[in-house]
Amino acid sequence: MLDIVLPIAFGLVAVAVAMSFWRLLRGPSAPDRILALDTLNINTIALLVLLGIHLSSALFFEAALLIALMGFISTVAFCKYLLRGDIIE
Amino acid sequence: MLDYLLSFLILFGAIFTFIGSLGLVRLKDFYTRLHGPTKATTLGVGSILIASAIFFSTRGTGISLHEILITLFLLITAPVSAHLLAKAALHLELNSLAKIPTKKVQQEGLEQANQTEVAQQTTEKIEPLTSSDGSQDQELAQKQ
Repeated sequence: MLDIVLPIAFGLVAVAVAMSFWRLLRGPSAPDRILALDTLNINTIALLVLLGIHLSSALFFEAALLIALMGFISTVAFCKYLLRGDIIE
Repeated sequence: MLDYLLSFLILFGAIFTFIGSLGLVRLKDFYTRLHGPTKATTLGVGSILIASAIFFSTRGTGISLHEILITLFLLITAPVSAHLLAKAALHLELNSLAKIPTKKVQQEGLEQANQTEVAQQTTEKIEPLTSSDGSQDQELAQKQ
């Protein structure tokens, strides 16, 4: 059962990554691109966790945790830059 | 049984992740686009992470809690980043499908300000009259 479901899930999440990347390239305004980057981060975490289940190795959690941390910090920094024109005042 | 539970959780999470990014592409406004991924990706990635936690807990190497850490972190940080994005969009005054409520509030505020100004002017008009009357009375009294 898991062998059937995992490729479907990989396909769905890969299409999600492609769509958020399209929004990142196309987005009409700067907050759209930041939102697309944030979604791209979260989709990448989902892909990494799915890969960890597929290969049944626990190596990918640290990578997923690091991506989550860095994604949040980069989103906050971009928003801060748009709001104030400066990141660290 | 466990296999079915795991496959259900993984499929549910993948479908929700897909729907979140579909909303990011298809919706027409930044504010509606904001609400698609911030809800769907937390639910989708959350259920995928729960599936991963169950999978690695039943492998025989003890309970794995890394996934709970990632889930907690995502659940805490998703509203914060969404709030900051909405604030940045309001600061840049992006176009919205809905009517912008600030104009109406400003008009109402202007009307209220005009009314208060009129009331102040009337009171100001009344006060100098009484004071001048009083002074005139005093001057009359002094002349007399």
